[in-house]
Amino acid sequence: MQDFEYMMARSLDETVSLLAQEPDGVQLLSGGTDLLVQLREGRRIARLVVDIKSIPELNELTCDPVAGLRLGAAVPCRRICQHPVVTAMYPGLIDAFALIGGVQIQGRASVGGNLCNASPAADAIPALIVHHATCCVLGVAGQREIPVEQFCVAPGQTALRRGELLVSLHIPPPGSGFGAHYLRFIPRNEMDIAVTGAAASVMLDPAGGAILSARVALGAVAPTPLFVAKAGDYLKDKAATKEAIAESARIARAAARPITDMRGTAAQRRHLAGVLTRRALEKAIERARV
Amino acid sequence: MSRRVLIHARINEEDVEFLCEPRQSLLEVLRETLGLTGTKEGCSNGNCGACNVILDGVLVNSCLVLAVEIENKSVTTIEGIASPAGLHPLQQAFLAHTALQCGVCTPGFIVAAKALLDHNPHPTEPEVRRWLSGNLCRCTGYDKIVRAVLAVAGVPRPDISESHAPARDQGAA
Repeated sequence: MQDFEYMMARSLDETVSLLAQEPDGVQLLSGGTDLLVQLREGRRIARLVVDIKSIPELNELTCDPVAGLRLGAAVPCRRICQHPVVTAMYPGLIDAFALIGGVQIQGRASVGGNLCNASPAADAIPALIVHHATCCVLGVAGQREIPVEQFCVAPGQTALRRGELLVSLHIPPPGSGFGAHYLRFIPRNEMDIAVTGAAASVMLDPAGGAILSARVALGAVAPTPLFVAKAGDYLKDKAATKEAIAESARIARAAARPITDMRGTAAQRRHLAGVLTRRALEKAIERARV
Repeated sequence: MSRRVLIHARINEEDVEFLCEPRQSLLEVLRETLGLTGTKEGCSNGNCGACNVILDGVLVNSCLVLAVEIENKSVTTIEGIASPAGLHPLQQAFLAHTALQCGVCTPGFIVAAKALLDHNPHPTEPEVRRWLSGNLCRCTGYDKIVRAVLAVAGVPRPDISESHAPARDQGAA
């Protein structure tokens, strides 16, 4: 393992100043389930590891039907998936968050970390996209917000500028008529990295059941998680029929641009993109009708 | 070369103090510094569960925790599972059900199973399998491990001789 110093950051201000003074070779440590592996394999370099788990704003987890969900970047999946209000209000997010690793990973890994790691196959990100999540970012120049679909810019790279860190995610309240779902294809039953993932959300008209709006996002079929705006826009003002769902899935499948790698062929992934989008939409609609 | 750090923690109900480099994992310190070699290194990347310990009540992969992160925290390793009175029921069940062969994965499985039963004393079989999916075994095929855990959880399950008995008295085809 490469040699580095370690410090525990106590405040956001302290962390921002540190990042501003010496942005190179500083790695922020939350759950460590990606970072420590990468440091061990030399895929990231650290001169100083800054533990951000004690910063209050990064541990915030508040959720109510009016304000929505405010999720600190360092909150571990275990805390989120055990939160009764979050699990009741956002089953489509819990679908994804609970899939990250196994129990041992869930004990440490954070959704903020999953996002900042920016894997093309990250499970949390397609689900966050279809829930209209925004990223609250802080740097020495101040605070800004980034829509989650713009956060990942390349495999392992984010839109964070030098000296910035992700503080929290905000997910708006779902409202009645909203339903969402995330699912993925993996070789085993648990633990694997997604071969293809799909998230969908719909907002149904309470009167007639037509789709007022929808979002579709795919994972592991592009260099970053893919927000397929056209697949969701197609469904606007349409009845939630089998045909409409099938056409939306076809649009999503056409937008996928996967590679062939050790987890699957491009052809299989394109096929899965269509199938999983259909299933995600069906389940999202079913949840919206409850 | 980084400065070594003095860490105070509680391991298996005992206060301990040790020096470590920031880059050392909890797994490395348990084994190399503290001589607690029951916890095993299998993959060093969070896939196999051989390094499982319980950290402040949470099941974790000790290969993915830096030793410096356990300051003022409490850790339970496989060495802390048995009591002075004897083996833990999980350990007895693993023996009774032959739920181990080479034994390398076993400490991880027992710690993981203990964490499950602490959290959910009567899990269903799917819950056991789901919880243990972060622990890999090359030898046993997992079935006897699952049976051992279910036995401790008090969940009845058909005996292996019933479920695998050759078909008899099926009558003429």
